[in-house]
Amino acid sequence: MDRLSSTSDFHAWHKQLMAELDNNIPLVMLCGGIGCKAMGSEDVHRAFVQAIDKLGLGDKVQLKLTGCHGFCEKGPVVVVLPDKFFYPGVKPENVEDILQQTVIGGKPIEDLQYIDPASGNKITYEQDVPFYAGQQRNVFRNNGKIDPVEIADYVQHEGYSAFVKVLQAHSPEEVVKIVTDSGLRGRGGGGFPTGLKWNFCRQTPSDQKYLICNADEGDPGAFMDRSILEGTPHAVLEGMLIAGYAIGAECGFIYVRTEYPLAVSNTKAALECVRQKGLLGENILGSGFSFEIEIREGAGAFVCGEETALIASIEGHRGMPKPRPPFPAVKGYMGKPTNINNVETFANIPLIMLKGSEWYNAIGTEKSKGTKIFALAGKVKNTGLVEVPMGITLREIIYDIGGGILDDREFKAAQLGGPSGGCIPAEHLDSEIDYDNVQQIGAIMGSGGLIVMDEDTCMVDVARYFLEFVQSESCGKCTPCRVGTKKMLQILQDICGGRAELKALDQLDQLAGNIKKGALCGLGQTAPNPVMSTLRHFHKEYTEHIEERKCSAGVCRELIGYSIDAVKCVGCGACLKACPSGAITGERKEPHVIDKVVCTKCGICNSVCKFDAVDVR
Amino acid sequence: MSKDSVKDSAVDMELLGEILSAFGQVDSNDLIPILQKIQDSYGYLPRIVLMEFSKRTAIPASRIYGVATFYEQFHLEPHGRHTVRCCRGTACHVKGAVGIAEAIEKSLGIKDGETSKDMQFTFETVACLGTCALAPVMMVNGTYHGKMTPNHIQTIIESLKSSQGEG
Ligand SMILES: Cc1cc2nc3c(=O)[nH]c(=O)nc-3n(C[C@H](O)[C@H](O)[C@H](O)COP(=O)(O)O)c2cc1C
Ligand code: FES
Repeated sequence: MDRLSSTSDFHAWHKQLMAELDNNIPLVMLCGGIGCKAMGSEDVHRAFVQAIDKLGLGDKVQLKLTGCHGFCEKGPVVVVLPDKFFYPGVKPENVEDILQQTVIGGKPIEDLQYIDPASGNKITYEQDVPFYAGQQRNVFRNNGKIDPVEIADYVQHEGYSAFVKVLQAHSPEEVVKIVTDSGLRGRGGGGFPTGLKWNFCRQTPSDQKYLICNADEGDPGAFMDRSILEGTPHAVLEGMLIAGYAIGAECGFIYVRTEYPLAVSNTKAALECVRQKGLLGENILGSGFSFEIEIREGAGAFVCGEETALIASIEGHRGMPKPRPPFPAVKGYMGKPTNINNVETFANIPLIMLKGSEWYNAIGTEKSKGTKIFALAGKVKNTGLVEVPMGITLREIIYDIGGGILDDREFKAAQLGGPSGGCIPAEHLDSEIDYDNVQQIGAIMGSGGLIVMDEDTCMVDVARYFLEFVQSESCGKCTPCRVGTKKMLQILQDICGGRAELKALDQLDQLAGNIKKGALCGLGQTAPNPVMSTLRHFHKEYTEHIEERKCSAGVCRELIGYSIDAVKCVGCGACLKACPSGAITGERKEPHVIDKVVCTKCGICNSVCKFDAVDVR
Repeated sequence: MSKDSVKDSAVDMELLGEILSAFGQVDSNDLIPILQKIQDSYGYLPRIVLMEFSKRTAIPASRIYGVATFYEQFHLEPHGRHTVRCCRGTACHVKGAVGIAEAIEKSLGIKDGETSKDMQFTFETVACLGTCALAPVMMVNGTYHGKMTPNHIQTIIESLKSSQGEG
């Protein structure tokens, strides 16, 4: 069926697609997400195509290169349906075995199975892998299951059913009410109630309104928006169509980071599919509702994630924020009412429309509903993307899903919310994670970047790191942010360098207060957060740096020195080879020595030594 | 100046013509997408092309330069044949990105933001490559390399160096 011109066309097409769906043919789902690609999934895909051909299995197996499965750390990931046999770290040479033994034979291959690091047990099925068992993959339900671009695949998995249902059964006001009742809050960082935001824009009278999907994802450490756009771009498009209908917009933009080429190309291809099907464009399915979507690539500026800066950027200007009010809902793109939401926010909408606000409202805590995707990274065993209900504890995320701290070291903190967020210490591992609780303990939910830190992470260095980030990303328009963050950074550099006095902490506090109050946009207003939260929870580390000129974590270079323990050193030469400054000398099988004058204290020797022979003082 | 004029004469203005005509009636809203296309075609934003762009569209050169210098994606000088990017994002930072960047600088003999004299390599550190689960991460000509160690870096860069002149 070609272009659909009515809702009954859609239903007929949907029926036909469902009839074609053959669940009896085994399906090999190979992750084509960017993490698995980096681990070699393209080679594995090629091997599957060749082997299927060679073994003549063309009509006995389906192969899909899907979006991200989330378990990036263990890529390339393969899941074989119908049984959901799970194989991590698949290599091209495993492919024929998988086809013959698992696909045709229906049996798992023990040698390829995932071994749970906690129990040492081999795990056969995807749902039994602890990384997945603790998750509730709603927004991600199709990521890893369907072809990212192919619209028929999406429609076979309830895709566009929500949008068609809305066109047939709901007025725009009803849509706004359902979203409001669901309790959905914006996933872009602020957690603003989505229904309320839509209502503002809907209520503002105007001949033209705009809708923007914020896919700038600037928080270093977050990559869920990327994964959604790469894996199920149709879910975002469907969410945007529903939003456009609800607020009365006819034109939408997706502002996506240019650093995400696969997200850009998959979204473009998906757009082309919906346009051809007649689900985008003039008078969609004869409903009278028209909508167009255009992709704009961001050009690399963190501040452009801020909504007013983003709008300036789409208008072809430097990405500088404007004071709010007026809010974009009143005066946004080209001075017209504009509604901006995050990728994950839009991706939640089809589900809410399909299953109802009550269903959605039942997930989560009193004031934070639904699930949230976290990007779990840093010093944790299982890194990747995890989708969990609001209200889960950090301990569950880090230990049950994440498998605990790398090398079984001691947990120190979890950084949540990126450059606007803060560090959560061990005493709050059992606090429920939702928008309000997280704020109470001095962080923010942000976009969901969750970086785990252990005893080898220096919290003063982390604060310095974030200040360096916001200072270099400050657009320079307002003085508190431009000058204030620079001053704070200087103080932090002095503390890390062992050049500060105790009064520096009061100065930091004062500067932080002034920047918070005086900065023009969210970037500046939240820039002091990483410093304030580490000062609050890790005050002792600051005073240690200042009073004892000491960095216990062994990170701040001016306060540490490296040497080699001649007793432990076996003279393997690993450090000598790895040292970027040529500071290490020694004969093979003889203890090596570090020249302290040449040494730049990069710590590489320590990271490559297998004999724990490098001392950091 | 003389260096510039050598480069200028080698610049093909037809590419610019094609880019602009693809946009039809050029609107200043299209400024960023057009600069992206120019950079795609020329490899960077040559001064003479930007001036010509301004002349043909009546978008002031100051506005074009204002935008071109604001965004990190744009560069006004040509890049080397291979672009090596190293992530300095949070996940990579706590997993030793500083040491990784130093190892790259040592292997290439250039610092962050520099291009080697022989125009073979450009090295940049970036805020986040979006593959934080595989930290520390580096990217060579658009290909991701995760879980980097200094030894890996030496191997990858040596193989790039030995492929010089080929392709
Ligand atoms: C400095 C700064 C950076 C931001 N970056 C992003 C971003 O990368 N992605 C995003 O969705 N929102 C970002 N935001 C939040 C947006 O301004 C806006 O609130 C959000 O896109 C609204 O969508 P939501 O209501 O669905 O959360 C940023 C805000 C600030 C102040
Ligand atoms: S922090 Fe390095 S890839 Fe994101």
